[in-house]
Amino acid sequence: MPSVRFRLNGVELEVDADPDRSLLDILRGHLGMTGPHFGCGAGECGACNVIVGDRAISACDTPLWSVADRDVTTIEGLGTSERPHPLQRAFIAEQALQCGYCVSGILMSAAALLKRNPSPTSREVKEALDRNLCRCGSHNRMVRAVLRAAEEMAAG
Amino acid sequence: MNQRAPSPPTLPVSLAANPKLSSWLKFSSSGQVTVSPGKVEIGQGIVTALAQIAADELDIDLSRVQMIRASTVVSPNEGVTSGSLSIQQSGRALRHACAEVRHILLQQAAERLGVGSEALHIEDGIISGPGNVRTSYWELADEVSLDRDATPGVTPKIATSRALAGHSVQRIDIPDKVLGRPRFIHDHALAGMLHGRVLRPEHARAKLRDLSEDGARAVAGLVAIVRDGSFAGVVSETEHGAEAALNALRKGATWSDGELLPDENDLASFLKAQPSESTVIGQKTVAAPGTVARTIRRQYTRPYIAHASIAPSCAMAQWDGDRVHVWTHSQGVYLLRADLALVLNLPVENITVEHLEGAGCYGHNAADDVALDAVLLAKSAGGRPVRVQWSRHGEMSDAPFGAAMAIEIEADLDAQGEIIDWRHSIWSNGHVARPGRAAQPALLAAFELQNPFPRMVSTNPPQANGGGGDRNSVPLYDFPSWHIESHRLTTMPIRTSALRTLGGQGNVFAIESILDEIAAEHGEDPVAFRLRHLRDERAKDVIRAVAARAGWKPEKQPGIGHGIGFGRYKNTGAYCAAIAEIEGAEEINVRKLTLAVDVGEAINPDGVINQIEGGAIQATSWVLKERVRFDRERITSTSWTEYPILRFSEVPDVEVEVIQRPDIDPVGAGEAALGPVTAAIANAVFDALGVRVRDLPITRDRIIAAIDLS
Repeated sequence: MPSVRFRLNGVELEVDADPDRSLLDILRGHLGMTGPHFGCGAGECGACNVIVGDRAISACDTPLWSVADRDVTTIEGLGTSERPHPLQRAFIAEQALQCGYCVSGILMSAAALLKRNPSPTSREVKEALDRNLCRCGSHNRMVRAVLRAAEEMAAG
Repeated sequence: MNQRAPSPPTLPVSLAANPKLSSWLKFSSSGQVTVSPGKVEIGQGIVTALAQIAADELDIDLSRVQMIRASTVVSPNEGVTSGSLSIQQSGRALRHACAEVRHILLQQAAERLGVGSEALHIEDGIISGPGNVRTSYWELADEVSLDRDATPGVTPKIATSRALAGHSVQRIDIPDKVLGRPRFIHDHALAGMLHGRVLRPEHARAKLRDLSEDGARAVAGLVAIVRDGSFAGVVSETEHGAEAALNALRKGATWSDGELLPDENDLASFLKAQPSESTVIGQKTVAAPGTVARTIRRQYTRPYIAHASIAPSCAMAQWDGDRVHVWTHSQGVYLLRADLALVLNLPVENITVEHLEGAGCYGHNAADDVALDAVLLAKSAGGRPVRVQWSRHGEMSDAPFGAAMAIEIEADLDAQGEIIDWRHSIWSNGHVARPGRAAQPALLAAFELQNPFPRMVSTNPPQANGGGGDRNSVPLYDFPSWHIESHRLTTMPIRTSALRTLGGQGNVFAIESILDEIAAEHGEDPVAFRLRHLRDERAKDVIRAVAARAGWKPEKQPGIGHGIGFGRYKNTGAYCAAIAEIEGAEEINVRKLTLAVDVGEAINPDGVINQIEGGAIQATSWVLKERVRFDRERITSTSWTEYPILRFSEVPDVEVEVIQRPDIDPVGAGEAALGPVTAAIANAVFDALGVRVRDLPITRDRIIAAIDLS
């Protein structure tokens, strides 16, 4: 079995698996990381978004080989209970979800946005999240939460 | 403001059905109270609101309340979590049960401490009194059995002495969800768990003629191939292996022709031509009818709408001899168990059904179907648990849909343009085919077995329970006479079951649209027109509140339109009025929605706002984009590309005003916004463009067609 090396949430890994398998399948099935969620399997909903390098991508249609030697960050690597990411704090403060199934992917899209644009406008947040679907209608709260996190990060 | 009777003579309905106090709450030795409602979290925040009610009534800190997930082992049977009834049913039962337990423990404390109970004071579960005497719920818990039936006559606290209910507290499930901790059923791993997938036909209701298993057998990790009639599936050591085996099995399958589907471009003709069962829903007569000067007759339609949960449905099942344990995100654990018992021909005692959270479902989606799939596949797993997850394609084509509707309203006007008679007719499949309520099962695989159960044809709940296709069809306005009739189809080529609001969205859309038209012809402001025809002050209050909040009516600007819609969900639930501001010519952009809502006592006001916002945005999605697509053979809208929903860039600003009425029993908020918002958008389209679009969704094509017609 060929193996693929990459860094997952800062930890070097070597995975023995068919390199054509999807990154999501490897994360959830092989590594037991259940933060990224399966939604469609076709890169259309964003529930499985993770950050590769500095971009949020859908893990369900990303082959394992394409992340070789790269940095992959999942929701598990964004923050912890003790040290939540400002986005996670903001989503709690704004109560920015209903069912929450889409949230881990949305947080990753938002985290990638704040890395490249630390003070986005509301329109820019909506554009950055436009490939993420939310069925419960929590969009406006999520946008508010991202803006709140950006402010908090700017304030240091 | 209405006053609640000081001591209700009967128990709340859920408590009457499950009177044992210990089935609702227990004290644990660690200073906690475990609360066990029969309703389940589906993203609506119910678990938090119920915890607030319990903590309040018991005088304990919210952090001492541990909420137990529903299961057929420990929970009271509260039927299904639906219809915006959870606060009403579970909330009232829990409030009463907690009030009685508090009373029992206070009496016990008085006896133990030798002090009159009226001299005692409870703070965070510590009971203290004069002379520094003190004890606690937890010290007393062993002395008192809660295995006793609740009694009527206990009076819960008055609104002003509640510390938590009525306040926005943070939902207890949210930290897990934003920290990515496993909380969903999809993320739950059981020891030794296998993975299953089920094969389903492309064409509607095709039968499995032949199945070559060779390809699937060659896939690494395969544990079993299961076939029973047209039901077929695979079990594998890994999820990846199950997917691969399913693909191989699909290649080896030969199917019969399917059954003919309706013409999606002429749904109204289809619905009206089907055999149906007709029911008079409401009738009001007048002794001296006025003289009819003219009659306005309009037809409205809405398409089939998908629940389209972001998560494909998922379940786990594990057999132990002739007993089976099921993990599910079903909205009703007992109801699912009843159907499983029918299919498996087992006593219900042999089946344990336990709830784990799923994604938002918005009604009866495939949650129950996948549970039976898992149970059937797990039979071949040698006692190991099997997890089954549907595909996106399956979720969008095999799950039940919200029923399509054709609605005709005729309004007779007198010479002054006043409405003197009103006739409302609905043609639609039934809106409910939930499990556990009939002598036959409602689960998909049950119709596919070698000895199949008959396909369930959806029915409508009676008006006393809010009705189904006829939900919200009886007008809330003071017309002198009316006749409301529902025609429920007795054939069902496209599977339907409960979708948020049942027929409420369609009926409110129709009523509020034609009213808007009549008001406009009458030269009357639509807000004034509605207020003039309403007698219920709570109804008028939400309309006045939303009008004030939106600055009704904003000055006319080219390309911008404003419209209003109003409804009281089920005619007995939450009052809601919405004003939509839209922009556009051929493509409609909903810029802003302003809503006012009255749910009586809002237990968690931010939770109510969250539900109303969500309902408003989902309704916008339904109105602008959503329509299940099909040709004559199969459902074709099987991905997010073919079934688009509203995106971040398209979402309107939403403002919600909650009219708090602490002395009025609370009702649910989840479904109140959808009908009013639908109508408000349609009426705003007229305001902007001068055309009425009466067929949902309001798409570019429909607007162009309406402009061409006018």
